[in-house]
Amino acid sequence: MVKTYQEEYKKRHLEIEKKLSDRFGARSLQTTYNNDELTVTLNKPILIKVLNFLRDDKDFQFKQLVDICGVDYPDRIDRFEIVYHLLSVSLNQRIRVKLSVTDDETVPSLVTLYDAANWYEREIWDMFGVIFTDHPDLRRILTDYGFQGHPLRKDFPLSGFIQVKYDDSEKKVVNEKVNLVQDFRKFDFESPWEGPEYQDQKKNMENK
Amino acid sequence: MSDVELKNMTLNFGPQHPAAHGVLRLVLEMDGEVVERTDPHIGLLHRGTEKLIENKTYMQAIPYFDRLDYVSPMCQEHAFVLSAEKLLKLEVPKRALHIRVLFDEITRILNHSLQIAAQGLDLGATTPFLWLFEEREKLMGFYEQVSGSRLHAAYYRVGGVHQDLPLNLIEEIEEWLAGFGKIVDDIETLLSDNRIFKQRTVDVGVVSPEEALSWGFSGPMLRGSGIAWDLRKSQPYAVYDQMDFDIPIGKNGDCYDRYLLRVEEMKQSSKIIRQVLDNMPNGDVIVRDSRLYPPKRDDMKESMEALINHFKLFTEGVRVPAGEVYTAVEAPKGEFGVFLVSDGSSKPYRCKIRAPGFPHLQGLDFMTKGHMLADLVACIATLDVVFGEIDR
Repeated sequence: MVKTYQEEYKKRHLEIEKKLSDRFGARSLQTTYNNDELTVTLNKPILIKVLNFLRDDKDFQFKQLVDICGVDYPDRIDRFEIVYHLLSVSLNQRIRVKLSVTDDETVPSLVTLYDAANWYEREIWDMFGVIFTDHPDLRRILTDYGFQGHPLRKDFPLSGFIQVKYDDSEKKVVNEKVNLVQDFRKFDFESPWEGPEYQDQKKNMENK
Repeated sequence: MSDVELKNMTLNFGPQHPAAHGVLRLVLEMDGEVVERTDPHIGLLHRGTEKLIENKTYMQAIPYFDRLDYVSPMCQEHAFVLSAEKLLKLEVPKRALHIRVLFDEITRILNHSLQIAAQGLDLGATTPFLWLFEEREKLMGFYEQVSGSRLHAAYYRVGGVHQDLPLNLIEEIEEWLAGFGKIVDDIETLLSDNRIFKQRTVDVGVVSPEEALSWGFSGPMLRGSGIAWDLRKSQPYAVYDQMDFDIPIGKNGDCYDRYLLRVEEMKQSSKIIRQVLDNMPNGDVIVRDSRLYPPKRDDMKESMEALINHFKLFTEGVRVPAGEVYTAVEAPKGEFGVFLVSDGSSKPYRCKIRAPGFPHLQGLDFMTKGHMLADLVACIATLDVVFGEIDR
């Protein structure tokens, strides 16, 4: 029976956890293993050091930065979570590195380590307003020229603040306040209902 | 003459340009006809997909994935349903897995035939475009037969696929498959040894293996540089581990290698399709779990519970256990990943879409530095960019 990569992960994650906590101390970094995925949660000061270590150590070789993602948790003091996904092509291993920051904190940029970080960090700045220090070119990337606000924050409304139209009298495209014929409605469908059992009931009826 | 002052010219390329493959705006710094710097301005097709998904149930989110990379819809649905299934810890029926592999590979051929056709067209070859679009037409016919729509299928569901294959579809695909090898060979006679095509692609847009890794390239862009990495082999999902197929890799990392690689991938895909058709098991196509699966019309006529179930399923949706997962599939363009954060409600808390085209387009700057403007067009074509997924 060929071993699946998930089994390999399961076997290897303890080694990785041990190696990381030996090197950086268990207090500044925690590791969790869930759904076949290894997550490292760490403090900001050691971010660059840990990622550099993960990239260059011969037991890790996480040469590829797959993704950087921001998540907004408005209820927490450390409001934003920055999630890095790394991939080791040579060892067939993935790892997730997480970092939490408050909304007026900055995050060190990874551009010197991974070229791919450039646009990902621009995207997070655009969508969440998290500032990356030492980033060579921190401009907005996905939103319009001159856009205000950070759309993926949870307090940004789905319908936005402005809409764009062509103004026939001015002969140009203009921005105006969002004006919906019907306001956006959000229904609360959540219920304690746990799902039906009628299919079994029907069978029972037939048996009787 | 020595008093003449030379200045670089800034050139605006796009957003509407036939070679830009959609709404790409490039601000180019040119030294004569040589590209010095490329600054892609993206986001012209940004629709806020991730924000919209946060406000939709899991089932309502699926169609958004068709509209990301609109030339390979089903592979992206696959990534999303895999992530939800991982959180729900579902065991998907065998037949559904085979159908998914079948349509993933049909999608790969759809995508690569568009890419090869468009690359040929950008470099002046019109015929491959016409021939391959005929094949795409037939493949989209298969899409239509299973899902009712030719492009935006919304066919995959959390727990399986929407409907079973219609009668005769397997025979029809077999019939198409028998003729497809010939078409690929014909395309190769038009392009592979074509002098003009080779002059325009060989040694153009060279990517070294180190660059490919550091810039986050995946799929054909990574394999073209000689790195044997394919998620279907290394981290298999669905039933790819039971399939017999090869992963072609390139040698030089130029546009020509990547073209050859895509042609070979089409052949490998048809090999996989053949195996799936031969080994298609019988059985359910979706998990028979009333949390996920709508009740039969018959039941709804008789049972109040079934009616409630139907209503709850299409309004509240499925409640997915809290947690975080990242799942990736080998989409035709590269690694398409979904990072899903669930808070235990019936709507995703955060759904980050990792589109392969995003890092690829970012690499355009280093790929085109020092090339002529005409080579830039070849590079854009080889990146296989589609703005639905880059701008999201």
